[in-house]
Amino acid sequence: MISIDGVDVQAPVDATILEAAAKQGTEVPTLCYLETLTAASTCRLCVVEVEGARVLAPGCSRQVEEGMVIKTRSPRVDRARRMVLELLASSVDLSLAPELLELAEEYGAAPERFGEVRAQVQLPVNTDNGLYVQDLSKCVLCYRCVSACGDDAQHTYAISVTDRGFGAAISTEFGVALPDSACVFCGNCVAVCPTGALIVTTEYDMRQAGTWDEELQTVTRTICAYCGVGCNLDVHVQDNEIVKVTSPFDHEVTAGNLCIKGRFGWSHVSGPASPD
Amino acid sequence: MFGAGGGTSSYEEIETTDLIVLWGSNAREAHPIFFHHLLKGIDNGATMYAIDPRRTASTAWADHWLGIDVGSDIALANTIACEIIAQGLHNEAFIAHATTGFDEYRASVEPWTLEEGERVTGVPASSIQDLAHAYAKAETAQLLWTLGITEHYTAADNVFALINLALLTGHVGRYGSGLVPLRGQNNVQGGGDMGALPNKLPGGQDVADDAGRARFEARWGVELSAEPGWHLAEMFDAMERGDLHTLYIIGENPAQSEADGEKARHALKSLDCLVVQDIVMTATAELADVVFPAAVGWAESEGTVTSSERRVQRVRMAVTPPGEARDDIDILVALANRLGHDWPATTAEEAWNELRSLSSWHAGMSYERLEALGGLQWPCPDESHPGSKFLHARLWEEPSGGPAAPFTVVEWRPPIDELSDEYPIRLTTGRHLDSFNTGVQSGRSHAPRRKGATIDISPEDAEHLALSDGDLARVTSRRGSVVAPVAVETGLRDGLAFMTLHYPDEVDVNVLTLDTWDPKSGTAEFKATAVRIELEG
Repeated sequence: MISIDGVDVQAPVDATILEAAAKQGTEVPTLCYLETLTAASTCRLCVVEVEGARVLAPGCSRQVEEGMVIKTRSPRVDRARRMVLELLASSVDLSLAPELLELAEEYGAAPERFGEVRAQVQLPVNTDNGLYVQDLSKCVLCYRCVSACGDDAQHTYAISVTDRGFGAAISTEFGVALPDSACVFCGNCVAVCPTGALIVTTEYDMRQAGTWDEELQTVTRTICAYCGVGCNLDVHVQDNEIVKVTSPFDHEVTAGNLCIKGRFGWSHVSGPASPD
Repeated sequence: MFGAGGGTSSYEEIETTDLIVLWGSNAREAHPIFFHHLLKGIDNGATMYAIDPRRTASTAWADHWLGIDVGSDIALANTIACEIIAQGLHNEAFIAHATTGFDEYRASVEPWTLEEGERVTGVPASSIQDLAHAYAKAETAQLLWTLGITEHYTAADNVFALINLALLTGHVGRYGSGLVPLRGQNNVQGGGDMGALPNKLPGGQDVADDAGRARFEARWGVELSAEPGWHLAEMFDAMERGDLHTLYIIGENPAQSEADGEKARHALKSLDCLVVQDIVMTATAELADVVFPAAVGWAESEGTVTSSERRVQRVRMAVTPPGEARDDIDILVALANRLGHDWPATTAEEAWNELRSLSSWHAGMSYERLEALGGLQWPCPDESHPGSKFLHARLWEEPSGGPAAPFTVVEWRPPIDELSDEYPIRLTTGRHLDSFNTGVQSGRSHAPRRKGATIDISPEDAEHLALSDGDLARVTSRRGSVVAPVAVETGLRDGLAFMTLHYPDEVDVNVLTLDTWDPKSGTAEFKATAVRIELEG
């Protein structure tokens, strides 16, 4: 038995605090955590207070222990989360991370107190491959893409974090262009990116042109047309044109992952010719 | 196998199995998301043996690579069996309980000593022995294959040879142990399950079975032939003989996908009437008298497809089809009505529910359940049934609850297209990660690292043929010749060359391949062509 925010809760021995809290109905904010990936515990947004512990514990990776008394909100927890959000918002472009912006508001984050916002990370947008775009000025170094490309799904190991401090960035081997790297263009990194630092080219181009409008889009679940594995696809359609394909994280066949054919091989489907 | 035409296992089983045998499959490129499940198995400690003439992106993950000579799979399987039996590692209790024909089988594999196996397959005797012992001793083992096994004129026998190994060791009918043919298209399993096979009605019902056929006759109000129809290869033979005059092709591009392509195109051109229904103007549609533009199955229409783990899942209309393109069912119904029948407009769900009323495999799979559960695996006989993760558990039951599983004696026969001084190099075919079949679908989408059509040769052959990357080479078989740029690949061995069928408009590989087909399955010998390769110009 453990206690979360004053409520007694039962949880399996190997459950994390995050899982135990979710089971009880308490939502703890996360950023780097994703259910299909091994917790990297880099962002510290999910920290909680454990009674008797000197430091705050990351809910995503700390396992529950018998008798544990946990507070998911407290002045200390809120202050830590506010600081994390302020540091991120002051150095990274969060414009495509609406959930983080909402959290920043909820926690009263004031990134401007550090001076010139986003002074540190100004990297050119990488459009070297025609399938997805890397905009590292939006990257919070959460490691999700690295995990998805590596041990947690794809096992391709095309990208990792290079350098330290403000120079730290996601990179291919020796910084080569993606088409010259080990990348196989499955886009499983794009699928897990929480901030729009990785984004499919169709979406990027439409956003640049001001035509991307999720209000006008439908998302239809179907099955990939290629091999016989039976990957579930979520087909995003705007004006009767496919604009993006994703895969559900909660389906056991794909766990959100696809190959280049499933994610990007849909150009043979054409809507009616556009009026222009 | 054993009365059900489907893989025995679920993808999840490979994540916790002890031994993985990947035979004639480059799943890393051809079935990438299945390979994710396989990689979980490796991460969890499974040992993998990969059997492939090439060192591929898949074999790179194996603990042991067995570089088999093309077309010697039966020899390898029989050698493995001989070694297992000789060492007393076969599962005698399972064999006695659940199988028939063991004595004949044992006698048939007896000549296949490790030395003989090495001589015929090119795989070192010690590697064959390792695999035999590992497979026989593993607690659970998954044996998987794809077209490296089935695109031979001995296709069915190749599969029987693998099934024999599972029966010999009891690696079937248990969670974690099974036989898994990975399917090459998104609904090749479903197509067969729906009766798109010459000898089957929907739900695996044999056309020759009078009682079963009578149920369909009663439901459909027509008399059905008890004679199996023709499979694809037999149809082409019939066209050549002039016994087949009219052909209606739905969603297939045989003008580019058939072996011995020149011969296939000639046969199609000689028809009195060719009707092609497809999503784009394919090379086959170009030859047609009538073209029915069809909606894209996976994105412009409703229905179901069935995957390699027998999982039936819904496809849905995400966009409306362009121009005059129509749903496949609409086209069929309209055609029937033009032919003087009176068929009502039918939704995909109505057609599916009719199928459920006739097929016990699918009876419990309402659209509602398929939707709520993310698909269901057959057999699923009623609406309270959870679907079947794996097949043939009955083989372990006491009593075994049905007919015994037969061993099938299979004799190795070498590839028909013999190597000779004139044609000294073995050409085999396969897929690339970023392309699919004849490229009708994949070729229209961008892929940054798409390799294009090449003739891939080993560094050894490159040296003695004096060819380098990018040189134009003429590749000649006993049937025809093509010109393609050379790519030197370290994954290939001396005497082995590789091409893919993805770019028929650039290089028509099937001009080279042999259309001799397996009498049991109708599959042509795509994987074993004898060629010579020389600098062009």
